[in-house]
Amino acid sequence: MVDALPALAAACGDGLARAAGPDDGVAGVPARWVAAPATAADVAAVLRVAAEHDLVVVPRGSGTKLDWGRPPSTVDVVLDTGRLSGVFAHTPGDLVATVGAGTPLRAFQEALAPAGQRLALDGATPDSTVGGALATGEAGPLRLRFGAGRDLLIGVEFARADGVLARAGGQVVKNVAGYDLGKLLCGSYGTLGIITSATFRLHPVPAARSWICRPVATPGEVRDVVADLLVAPVAPGAVEVDLPAANPAPDNGSAGSGTVAVLIEGTPDGVAARAEAVARLLGPEASTVDKPPEWWGRYPFGAGDIALKLVMPIAEQHAAVYALHDAAGVPVPVRGSAGTGVLFAALPGDTPADRVTAVLDAVRGVLVGRGGSCVVLSAPPAVRDAVDLWGPVPGLDLMRRVKDQFDPRRRLSPGRFVGGL
Amino acid sequence: MPKHAALEERLRDALGADAVVTDEAARRTYDCDGLTHYRVTPAVVVLPADAAQVQATVKICREFGVPFVARGSGTGLSGGALPVADGVLIVTSRMRRILSVDLPNGRAVVEPGVVNLAISKAVADEGYFYAPDPSSQLICSIGGNVAENSGGAHCVKYGFTVHHVTGLELCTPDGELVRLGGGLAAEAPGYDLVGVVVGSEGTLGIATKVAVKLLRSPEAVTTMLAAFRTVADAGAATSAIIAAGLTPAAAEIMDALAIRAAEKAVRCSYPEGAGAVLVVECDGPAAEVAAEQAEVVRLCHEAGAFEVRVAADADERAEIWRGRKSAFAAVGRISPNYIVQDGVIPRTALGPVLAEIDAMAGRAGIRVANVFHAGDGNLHPLVLYDAAKPGEYDAAEEVSGAILDLCVSYGGSITGEHGVGVDKATKLPRMFSPDDLDTMQLVRCAFDPHGAANPGKVFPTPRLCGESPRPRSASEMLPAGIEQW
Repeated sequence: MVDALPALAAACGDGLARAAGPDDGVAGVPARWVAAPATAADVAAVLRVAAEHDLVVVPRGSGTKLDWGRPPSTVDVVLDTGRLSGVFAHTPGDLVATVGAGTPLRAFQEALAPAGQRLALDGATPDSTVGGALATGEAGPLRLRFGAGRDLLIGVEFARADGVLARAGGQVVKNVAGYDLGKLLCGSYGTLGIITSATFRLHPVPAARSWICRPVATPGEVRDVVADLLVAPVAPGAVEVDLPAANPAPDNGSAGSGTVAVLIEGTPDGVAARAEAVARLLGPEASTVDKPPEWWGRYPFGAGDIALKLVMPIAEQHAAVYALHDAAGVPVPVRGSAGTGVLFAALPGDTPADRVTAVLDAVRGVLVGRGGSCVVLSAPPAVRDAVDLWGPVPGLDLMRRVKDQFDPRRRLSPGRFVGGL
Repeated sequence: MPKHAALEERLRDALGADAVVTDEAARRTYDCDGLTHYRVTPAVVVLPADAAQVQATVKICREFGVPFVARGSGTGLSGGALPVADGVLIVTSRMRRILSVDLPNGRAVVEPGVVNLAISKAVADEGYFYAPDPSSQLICSIGGNVAENSGGAHCVKYGFTVHHVTGLELCTPDGELVRLGGGLAAEAPGYDLVGVVVGSEGTLGIATKVAVKLLRSPEAVTTMLAAFRTVADAGAATSAIIAAGLTPAAAEIMDALAIRAAEKAVRCSYPEGAGAVLVVECDGPAAEVAAEQAEVVRLCHEAGAFEVRVAADADERAEIWRGRKSAFAAVGRISPNYIVQDGVIPRTALGPVLAEIDAMAGRAGIRVANVFHAGDGNLHPLVLYDAAKPGEYDAAEEVSGAILDLCVSYGGSITGEHGVGVDKATKLPRMFSPDDLDTMQLVRCAFDPHGAANPGKVFPTPRLCGESPRPRSASEMLPAGIEQW
């Protein structure tokens, strides 16, 4: 087979392309080359080389979620976005900034901080790059108030599979000119294009913040507490829940080891009054603190676990969590944004595949009638290869058609996404 | 036999005779939307009663190879619902059912013809509302809002339609009914097709059901009106408010000419001698709003406001808004004709851009009244002219176009909320390269390879789509009969 290294090196500059090593594989699929272009134009050039040689390209940011989804069918080129980094523009007065896709979110936030601003996107992997966070649709507690990446992204530049650079959106918060391709790229797992830079709407860092925590025992109790919070006039910035495995839902009314935590942000006077109102609402067991609990904004799963994402109607979460607990037969830690109905759960990595399938069937069975989804984000290969990671996907046929248009030769992360896209 | 007789007959069979309008005079009443200087009489107008009838219509269009255009209430300002002469106009005004309201989950599912304000009205007693509030919310339809990704005075805080639509049932240009998005849930696995369909101006299909978020009504609302000597001062006050980290629910500016028109039309009694007024609204928890109000008042004075009024109650709030909300129509009191422009600039460029607009108008010998959503830099210059005076329309048209160029040169957009439609299709290349536009149209080719849905809108040059998409396979569909939301 052809040696594409010289062509890749020519496309992205000397020293920025190399033969892949054992650590460059994607979800167990070995790669052949790694290219680390430093500009958007060079990303496009790499993709043109790939098109010419019919090579499969998988973009990689920090690699924190490279094992999410299915493994790509093959990997010829890992396109490392690490050099596409830096804040290209930041106008504090407009609360807008443009950042390279390879910039770690943490570095981006640090660059914005001196202006008293932030990107209100607080996913559980702050070392993730901007591009990686967008492509995997990762969002954290602040989603309740500010939405996910797709809601904060106002402009995008990306390279198409055929090596053409394209832009959509713009540099202003309000803009309805043309199709909003940024939304299409968010959560697309690198199967439609490679994001090279992103322009975001920013928000001021609030002057004051408080967290109000309260112990909870059961998913049913979580539902009731969350319902009360969302009806109360306190405008929470986030409502998170943590149900550790040590508390397998004893339905005996005792305060368990689970926690509901509410974030209140705003002016100092406003926050003080609102936090007090939340504490009153949550009852005598509530405690108000000026730091988030240790589990805040972190996934309940670790390396080697089977990582689940459950997205459900807010008032129906308990049903899915009960189904999960019942079907798993083992303690299952659950954590996430109860205020938006996006929860994460961890099954032990050694759970047999047929057991995982039974769990997924049970949870999805509960969700089918209510709306919602249960997705396996990542899992050990034996499980990952044997189970349906995504469940039913509304509009899959249209998604196929979109993929066929953007990447007809299936060169971008093929097989990684829903329906084998 | 009339040209479209066979088409008409098939439509009558499918929808019933009363849902198919063929009489020429009747069809002509649909020949334009809110942008009245583009007029085309459609071949046939249909008034479907439900999603199934929309689907039947689109399938018949497909069978006859004729294009279709969807129309809600016809309030659009970019000609997005302008009919096609040989095509079918699908009017959603009979699809006005609110299908479900689910307060615990914060959602409603509605048909596309439902009027924007009707959603908020339906849930107001329970203390909820639907946030996007375009000025036309008394009459505009949710289907139209979805097509245009409509905003409104409060979108600076709450976002646009796309932030409040969580699911769609879409009739694709092939005549398939497809559920997209999470519906009652925040999201669904797969590409965010809802995100790209919202704002695609009817070129990717017709929304037949829309799942929208219902928000809790704020505990407190405060509305302030600050009068300044100059627009620049009002702009500076807005910047100061934003820079202070406040998130007003609305921040609107009117200049002297717009104020004069509003005074003539509705006697809004804004402070005498104001060169500009800034309307700021804050909402949320009472404690937060009280703190924000004090800060806004202080910042307005600091920026040179010579009078600041704070509405004491709902009546006074309505009084403050009356002038702003009447502004577009009120301009008719000071000028026989006018063009409503819609452009966006970075907020920080407000001063220089308004000065340049003023200079351009001066050079052309016409007047421009400015009304804008200052919080997000969305300008609505009203370019005044008298059609009876030779050359004035052309001069106004030229200034209006030049304003868009100015917006683009400052890194802004040719449209913040009215859409591209037919009006600005030729201006889209000022913002996007041929590659950008070509890439956007890949989506069009995926959804509508035959270019049947609202042809001639948004894109100046249609892209020729490659090979037809692969045939759909039944196994990829969701299980039949399962209501996802």
